[in-house]
Amino acid sequence: MEFIAALMKSMPGAVGQGMIWGIMAIGVYITYRILDVADLTVDGSLATGGAVCVLLTLNGANVWVALLVAVLAGVLAGFVTGAFHTFCGIPPILAGILTQLALYSVNLRIMGWGTGAGKANLPISVDKYDLIISSRYVRDVGVQNPILALVIFCVVIIGVLYWFFGTEIGCSLRATGSNHNMARAQGINTNVTKVLGLMISNGLVALAGALLSQYQGFSDINMGRGAIVIGLAAVIIGEVIFDKVFHNFALKLLASIIGAIIYYIVIQFVLRLGLSTDDLKLLTAFVVAVFLAVPYWKGKYFPGKIKSEKGAAADA
Amino acid sequence: MLKIEQIVKVFNPGTVNEKVALNGLTLHLEDGDFCTVIGGNGAGKSTMLNAVAGVFPVDSGSIIIDGVDVTKLSEHKRAKYIGRVFQDPMTGTAATMQIEENLALAQRRGKTRSLKIGITKAERARYRELLKLLDLGLEDRLTSKVGLLSGGQRQALTLLMASLVRPKLLLLDEHTAALDPKTAAKVLEATEKIVARDHLTTLMVTHNMKDAIAHGNRLIMMKDGRIILDIRGEEKKKLTVEDLLEKFNVASGEEFANDRMILG
Repeated sequence: MEFIAALMKSMPGAVGQGMIWGIMAIGVYITYRILDVADLTVDGSLATGGAVCVLLTLNGANVWVALLVAVLAGVLAGFVTGAFHTFCGIPPILAGILTQLALYSVNLRIMGWGTGAGKANLPISVDKYDLIISSRYVRDVGVQNPILALVIFCVVIIGVLYWFFGTEIGCSLRATGSNHNMARAQGINTNVTKVLGLMISNGLVALAGALLSQYQGFSDINMGRGAIVIGLAAVIIGEVIFDKVFHNFALKLLASIIGAIIYYIVIQFVLRLGLSTDDLKLLTAFVVAVFLAVPYWKGKYFPGKIKSEKGAAADA
Repeated sequence: MLKIEQIVKVFNPGTVNEKVALNGLTLHLEDGDFCTVIGGNGAGKSTMLNAVAGVFPVDSGSIIIDGVDVTKLSEHKRAKYIGRVFQDPMTGTAATMQIEENLALAQRRGKTRSLKIGITKAERARYRELLKLLDLGLEDRLTSKVGLLSGGQRQALTLLMASLVRPKLLLLDEHTAALDPKTAAKVLEATEKIVARDHLTTLMVTHNMKDAIAHGNRLIMMKDGRIILDIRGEEKKKLTVEDLLEKFNVASGEEFANDRMILG
């Protein structure tokens, strides 16, 4: 009973954190699912978003302006990865790793801005600054509860992306991920669409980083470590659970957010069971590996259950 | 309409795998020409089509489409002038997107894409009509994912996409080779219909001599990266498979020993 009570008490925190990582997961969804590229830039750009947001806020910038600049920093990171990939011909995974590594130094420099040296951690207090969200109020009832603000963020982001991927440019981006040969034959500059997709994705990831730093009250050089795996976990959990019910694009994005929330609820659960936080990354990697392997095993050992209209259309 | 002048393409130059794929190839097509292309494996048929489409840059020579020198243009820029159907039914369409979305992408070939809605209501109605003409039952499945279609349906759809915005040049790269005979005949019939209706300048590569003879107003045979035989007009109309084999032997000085081409 005590266990359940403690677990319940940690639920709002799990939901809040899950929604922030859900925004990050939508960024991963755009590269991993729509563009068909596993972009590892995100481990760096998440921390960049946090670093930029905290630094600017500490220096007196309006918190919304800080948030916007953080997003732009992420967009720039995505552009660099895109340029490595398209202009320099570097395979996308390696391009992402290069940017991510470079961002480690960049992030230290951002947080150490004005000190002449790098800094690995930058705290910000909700008492002194007018932050949009803070974990301090996560169990409060009222407008300062971060979950309310996060719901609005998620709804707006899903709405904007739903609109965007229905536009001509959005469609060309989807076509690039689906079949780049076809896309080029239809006159789409696939280099441009790839870079654009990476920019949008990393912009969202940096936004998540900025929100996370406000939520937890600091930005940290390591806050993005393993972010890609958490993002993938959220995307995949969302897909496994909602694949059969959610067909609409907006709902698929929502599934990633719910996936992230479920991920954090499960994490809370295993932590309450006594797992050390040190072992979390091991657990996460294992869970994602299993979820990635299951569809492969299904296809390999239980074929024939693939949804298809081929039989009906064979003589057409 | 199409002027290919002395194009040369060497793959893997300076290595043991060096291959002269196009060896000073020259070909002029008039407006409305429907030219079939035959030749053995490695003759350079697909390479010629890919060179025209801009999949890779040529080493020398020039390619001019309707007076525009496209030799240095990238693949996606040339797409403005060119409609393409590929050998592999998977290549021409986006499997994870809907039929109408694929058509909408093709409708915007050669145009600047903006933040306007990707597919309008009026378009949908038009696509339904056009799909009806294909007679494959696709008109009621506009929102089906293309990945669910059969190879023949996908090729027919690709053909429709290639001609949705009238191309100055239609490139068909063995587009029926991966289909069963019955489906292949149906796709070829649709090809003939669309080419005739829109008066399209067409290059059709085929492995099938009978098809090459039965379709189009001109036939070229390639070998070692150049054209060794060019038959058109009345001569083309009277052509038989035997004639063609005979002509090949004379032109190349060797037996045209490829069962697939004779029987196919």
